[in-house]
Amino acid sequence: MTFSPQLETKLGEILQRYPEGRQRAAMIPMLMFAQDEIGAVTDELIDEVARRVGVTPLQVNEVLTYYSMLHRKPQGKYHVQICTNISCLLWDGDKLWEQACAKLGIGHKEVTADGRISLEEVECIGACSWAPAIQVNYDFHHFVTPEQLDQLLDGLRKSQ
Amino acid sequence: MLYNEPSPLETRVLTRRFGLANSASIDTYLANDGYKAFTKASAMTPQAIIDEVKISNLRGRGGAGFPTGMKWSFVPRTSPKPKYIVVNADESEPGTCKDRVLMEFDPHLLIEGILIAGLAVDAHKGWIYIRGEYRYLIDIMDKALAEAYAKGWLGKNIQGTGFDFELYTHTGAGAYECGEESALLESLEGKRGIPRIRPPFPAVVGAFQCPTVLNNVETFCAVPPIILDGGKAFADLGVPKAGGTKLTCLTGHVNKPGVYELRLGFPVKQMIEEVGGGIRNGKKFKAFIPGGSSCPVLTAEECEGATMDYDSMAARKSMLGSGGVVIMDEDTCMVKAALRIMRFYAHESCGWCIPCREGTTWLKKLLTRFHEGYGTRQDIDLIGDLSRNMLGRTFCPLGDAAALPTESIVTKFRQEFEDHLHGKPCPFEHANRLVAV
Repeated sequence: MTFSPQLETKLGEILQRYPEGRQRAAMIPMLMFAQDEIGAVTDELIDEVARRVGVTPLQVNEVLTYYSMLHRKPQGKYHVQICTNISCLLWDGDKLWEQACAKLGIGHKEVTADGRISLEEVECIGACSWAPAIQVNYDFHHFVTPEQLDQLLDGLRKSQ
Repeated sequence: MLYNEPSPLETRVLTRRFGLANSASIDTYLANDGYKAFTKASAMTPQAIIDEVKISNLRGRGGAGFPTGMKWSFVPRTSPKPKYIVVNADESEPGTCKDRVLMEFDPHLLIEGILIAGLAVDAHKGWIYIRGEYRYLIDIMDKALAEAYAKGWLGKNIQGTGFDFELYTHTGAGAYECGEESALLESLEGKRGIPRIRPPFPAVVGAFQCPTVLNNVETFCAVPPIILDGGKAFADLGVPKAGGTKLTCLTGHVNKPGVYELRLGFPVKQMIEEVGGGIRNGKKFKAFIPGGSSCPVLTAEECEGATMDYDSMAARKSMLGSGGVVIMDEDTCMVKAALRIMRFYAHESCGWCIPCREGTTWLKKLLTRFHEGYGTRQDIDLIGDLSRNMLGRTFCPLGDAAALPTESIVTKFRQEFEDHLHGKPCPFEHANRLVAV
């Protein structure tokens, strides 16, 4: 399996971070960074990471199913994650969630038909003092108002 | 740019460089006392470093509050195995967003704290385990690490001291459980994040079966000021059994939510009224979570005379926790709050221990039914019973973390549960709807 030169360098460097004979430790970081480039954890990626860290594909599968950020199916180009945990709830994060579902016509972990936007109701993302908060891919948005969410989603529908 | 205006009531020790131009760069750090504590510590004996940390009364800032100097002294320095430093930057306790600002605005402070811990326990390698959602912080930390290597503050023979240290970031992949120290170590090793039985504790058998110092980001960040200004100066900022300051995340129904560095022992009422600007929309204060959703909830009455420190919270049968303060006003439905907190624990329970795996899901179902108005009087007692049956019956504290707030809410706000009985819709949402019309 081939990766971009930048990712190849990164994966090679990650493998060097752990003590001799403990390369399995590189598995989760490798999956995370490769997933960002490929779009999902594919069968091919599982085999490749297993080979590089010296475990079986089954062992990789056992680990990846535990972690909520590793996903086997592609998400939308823009993965919109809305926090409804306690601090965001107190600033109506749950209403933002309902608003996004209604506007896009999709639910939790679903993708719009054009593949542009996916939605996920997430647990605390560490933005509690700046609630309600959402994340689009890795970017944080704080103090989100219903109007801002509306504009944001419109922008994501149109942007390239 | 900072996310919220600082408060004049803050005592800025860890956050003293926040707001400086390019505060995350090594040049800014070096121009503002950066790495001076490492230079000082490198001339001290390991025992003297540990003693200084003990004098400071620094207690773990991740939530458990264990004395840091004592934790470090448990590492067997003479062990032939390598020793490691692991930083818990898996900040995911609901209500908590303080490690984020520390890494974003002063990443070299964390690196320096790790180096000093390395000197103290003879460790030469370390990992910063950062939750996967904080990808931009991994980029910031990686950049800071590269700067430190380039300027000789990491790597071989650091600044001619003869001390070597290799430091790396390690990304998590979305799992609250991995904030628990033993599950974090499993995850670091490339496994599912399930907890380990203890003893042995990580100080003796930690990462890769080797002695390991594992502390929270804020704990490491407190170390350089302790070494630079002396343990006593740090201890004097706090209360007798807990020194220094605490980064406190004010969240929920206050006018000025934000992360503020307050000395330990800061009065709760003053924190809400003056630092937080009082309750939003002039409403009445109803309930308070001192340090993340795992802590038992306090009523407004219980907050009378309370201060933000370990003993004051323990006296009220709660905990200082992680510094994630959640403030709820009179319009908050406590059944809904309990339900949302339980939904979180049911989602995050790793499934290893049956009382937690089953208990959190049962409670989630019960509370959902309750909030929808289908609860029975018997259920109120069942919620308490189920919670109490999880307490102390799991490998790690997640079971307790789910049980404690629930038990406290159902006990202290029983009337609100009664108000949801007999098919009544949620009185709070019902009232709000009437107002909206």
